[in-house]
Amino acid sequence: MRRLLLRVVFVLALPALLVAGWWVASDDSTDVYWPPLRTILETFPDVWTSDRLEDDVLPSVLRLSGGYALAAVVGVALGTVIGSYRRVRAVCEPVLEFLRAVPPPVLIPVIMLFAGIGDTMKVTVIASGCVWPILLNTVEGVRAVDPVMAETARSYGITGASRLRTVVLRSASPQIFAGLRQALSIAIILMVISEMFAASSGLGFTIVQFQRSFAIPDMWTGILVLGLLGFLLSVVFQLVERRALGWYHGLRASTRRSR
Amino acid sequence: MKGQNAALGAAGLAAFLALGEAVPRLGLVKEAYFPPTSRIADALLDEVADSAFWTALGDTLTGWALGLAIASCAGIVVGVLISVVPHLREATASTIEFLRPIPSVALIPLAVLLYGSELRSVLLLVVYASFWQVLIQVLYGVQDVDPVAEETARSYGLGTWARIRHVLWPTALPYVMTGVRLAAAVALILAITAELIIGAPGLGKRIGVAQTSQAVPEMYALIVVTGVLGLLINVGARTVERRALAWHQSVRGEVAV
Repeated sequence: MRRLLLRVVFVLALPALLVAGWWVASDDSTDVYWPPLRTILETFPDVWTSDRLEDDVLPSVLRLSGGYALAAVVGVALGTVIGSYRRVRAVCEPVLEFLRAVPPPVLIPVIMLFAGIGDTMKVTVIASGCVWPILLNTVEGVRAVDPVMAETARSYGITGASRLRTVVLRSASPQIFAGLRQALSIAIILMVISEMFAASSGLGFTIVQFQRSFAIPDMWTGILVLGLLGFLLSVVFQLVERRALGWYHGLRASTRRSR
Repeated sequence: MKGQNAALGAAGLAAFLALGEAVPRLGLVKEAYFPPTSRIADALLDEVADSAFWTALGDTLTGWALGLAIASCAGIVVGVLISVVPHLREATASTIEFLRPIPSVALIPLAVLLYGSELRSVLLLVVYASFWQVLIQVLYGVQDVDPVAEETARSYGLGTWARIRHVLWPTALPYVMTGVRLAAAVALILAITAELIIGAPGLGKRIGVAQTSQAVPEMYALIVVTGVLGLLINVGARTVERRALAWHQSVRGEVAV
């Protein structure tokens, strides 16, 4: 009981201290750009009503998940193909390295040429930025499949789809998840930026609107919402990862103990 | 084997470029949207001859290098401090986990208000984004310190500073290097994004200007430049990593094989 209490104290102490510090330091702030935390929190419920959640946050999240899912499917599929054949890998490697090195936000102007400024543009931008870490990590993961395991599977006659599912993708999954984690933060960045560029709804759009109309406390609440969204997504990701990679973490822990 | 791979890679690159030339020429996509490779190359040559291009490149690199340097130093100092002082790690864990996933682009409106389109707004974004990469790696690295080595150092009477210097730092260095390498890539992305959105001088701003003035080949040429820049930074970071870790098992092992 005492240990649990101590843990809770450890988890909550610093955040509480920081928020309190922010509250006190900004309480009598007259600086336009740094409004008191009290004002920001009072504005929060007025700004983020259920209408706004539906009109701005929901489209953003839908675009994000659409682009992310597309990138995951394409990245894992292409990565598995490229990783499985040595020659294909050798041919593609320099081109892939180059495409990955292009900073994803510069693709927004290009994709705007093709796809206009609608939702297609945003989903494409998010997908085209996220796909590289997933793709390259899948290639590495598939390449690193334990040869003994691959041979064993072959001698047991495990081929085709079941080989792909139980041997190749299974053993590559820690790497794939590392790629997915990197892609998640890129996805949020691209979601916000593509909406800042050209949109009529969405979180990025709203925050820029607040900033341009000098509604500073409203802008701060937008920043808080983005922060909360980023945090929530990373928590969800960790939960999914813990489920999907439970076997792997267990394996790691047991080898570490036996050493 | 290695030569064959290089040849296949070059063939792949050549095929990629040829595809870029053929697709618009055959009319599969509109040339106005996707100019053939040769026209992009022409635009690239024009850019290279233009002194404004080099100024923009210099601006981008300044923002990148300064931001990366500040973020790396801060990440290393804070990381070591958090792990050395007792209980600080547990106390800060939740805060770090909360702050880290906050997308740095959320700070764009604030940066615009505070600093306009100056270098400082670029730095704000770059430092915020790359700081976490380094910090998290330092924390992992310090956790990896061999307890036996730590106890040995303690029993030989090494002080805190000497233990940081001789036990903690060499263990953490490979992790730190990985962190800095990741941070270098993130810093470039954020530097160019900040220029593109905020309009701070640099390559990103030039891309934005090329887009609004419908100079499509120039836009592609500049995007190619940013890609090459990213590639060079990756290769450079790997080289630095290998040099700095020449003594480390992971690198020595690679050389011996």
